[in-house]
Amino acid sequence: MIWFWGAILFWLVAMAVNTRIARRHGNEPWAQLLIPALFGVTVLVLWEGTVRGLQVPSVILPAPSVIWDRIIASLPTLWEDFVQTILKGALSGYLIGCGAAILTAIVVDRFPFLQRGLLPVGNFVAALPIVGIAPILVMWFGFDWQSKAAVVVVMVFFPVLVNTVAGLAATDRMQRDQMATWSASYAQSLLKLRLPAAMPFVFNGLKIATTLALIGAIVAEFFGSPIRGMGFRISTSVGQLALDMVWAEIAVAALAGSAFYGLVALIEKSVTFWHPSQRGRG
Amino acid sequence: MRSLLPILTVLAAILVIWYGAAMKLNAAWTYDQAARAGTDPTFVDVINDTMAQERPVLPPPHQVAKGLWDGLTAQAITSKRSLVWHGWVTLSATMLGFAVGAGLGIVLAIGIVHNRAMDLSVMPWAIASQTVPILAIAPMVIVVLASLNITGIVPKAIISAYLSFFPVLVGMVKGLRSPDAMQLDLLHTYNASGAKTLWKLRLPSSMPYLFASLKVAIAASLVGTIVGELPAGATAGLGARLLSGSYYGQTVQIWSALFAAAGLAAGLVIIVSIIERLVLRRMGAVQ
Repeated sequence: MIWFWGAILFWLVAMAVNTRIARRHGNEPWAQLLIPALFGVTVLVLWEGTVRGLQVPSVILPAPSVIWDRIIASLPTLWEDFVQTILKGALSGYLIGCGAAILTAIVVDRFPFLQRGLLPVGNFVAALPIVGIAPILVMWFGFDWQSKAAVVVVMVFFPVLVNTVAGLAATDRMQRDQMATWSASYAQSLLKLRLPAAMPFVFNGLKIATTLALIGAIVAEFFGSPIRGMGFRISTSVGQLALDMVWAEIAVAALAGSAFYGLVALIEKSVTFWHPSQRGRG
Repeated sequence: MRSLLPILTVLAAILVIWYGAAMKLNAAWTYDQAARAGTDPTFVDVINDTMAQERPVLPPPHQVAKGLWDGLTAQAITSKRSLVWHGWVTLSATMLGFAVGAGLGIVLAIGIVHNRAMDLSVMPWAIASQTVPILAIAPMVIVVLASLNITGIVPKAIISAYLSFFPVLVGMVKGLRSPDAMQLDLLHTYNASGAKTLWKLRLPSSMPYLFASLKVAIAASLVGTIVGELPAGATAGLGARLLSGSYYGQTVQIWSALFAAAGLAAGLVIIVSIIERLVLRRMGAVQ
């Protein structure tokens, strides 16, 4: 029980400290890093203390320390799954899907008729439970990473398409007239004005797509996969009630997801440095 | 109405491509069967056969439509083969999860707007959690809760609540912060309390943000419920229908379950949009 009450005590102290820091130094950069960090540590301590103090069986919820041991002990397995699911499945699908969506958006933008027809359909499809096509694509493309990449392609396509089309329409009349007075060709005005202006929208779509890509790749593995991959490992470990392994995979997925998102956000920052949302924060 | 013709054109194009793909993908099986029977099918035979196979690689649209129609109307709605019954199982878990998730999201957003410590500690994690593929742990939640003897609607509702929680939280915080300094100052000069400011200024001005995130959240919670129905053992719901279809190679069943899910998602989003329009009109925000 000492663990449990210790964790509660830590929670109360951390909360008091956080409240104090927030009131005194809430606007300073170090406080804005420290407060969420302390909150995260508190959650971990509460988790560990509750599991140990109340002796929660590890088939229900393993303690963070147990999960950490499992991560260290099975690094090669986790790496193999990471390569199979994230690098092969999610990343290749993401690149193909986003590339295809941006090219389609440029074609669609050229023909207003297509735009009026495709946009409502695209918006509609973007709201559908597209993960559902996973079993069909697994049937078509086999159990290996190709089918996972195909699911990811379909999942990321529509959000990126809709955002890019919206972005290409983001220039105003005056800017386009300016290009016309310089007698810029369609290609020139696309490359020099409209694509750069569309970038904030494109990156918004690309960022939404990072999470979708991971979800698609992992969920597709529930429908059949070779004997490696994060989805495979999660579903078989759940079957064996080896929940520490499941949580280890979740930790890897969370880390990979945040890193993927962070990478896209970094690229966004260097590409759209001119945009108001990126300025004035440096 | 100006966009009706383009939309119909695009839909017609999709149908044509679909029929073409169905013919091409299903033809392999037809030729295989013909070679075994020692016959030489004419082109017309092949086309006819690809349109009406028992287990096509890609069922043509009319087979899917028939499967969907049979699923919806041919059985009593209490039958285990009825899509209405499976759809209801999915819908009830989705609605419970959505109500809980959206409610918690709104309450926590109000807390965050009024408490600086909570804002600084919770918000970064709420935003970071959007980048994590939460859906992937759905099967685990189901199995763990099943080992605690909690089965049925609740585990699925927990997943869909979790998925609808974050969009609502983030959107609602943005919405509650949307009144500008001048408006807040005005209420300050009226000597309005925090609760009064919340009720008369912050909540009304957050409505457009709330509905935008509710539309995202309801679609997300439906996806969450469907994925929650995937683990082995689930026998009811559209997700279970997808999984059993994929185990037994019943492609028509997969496609009709998929279209039923799509219809459900579209219906839910449309309902939220209608409520949004009614509320905003009542508030005088839209003519």
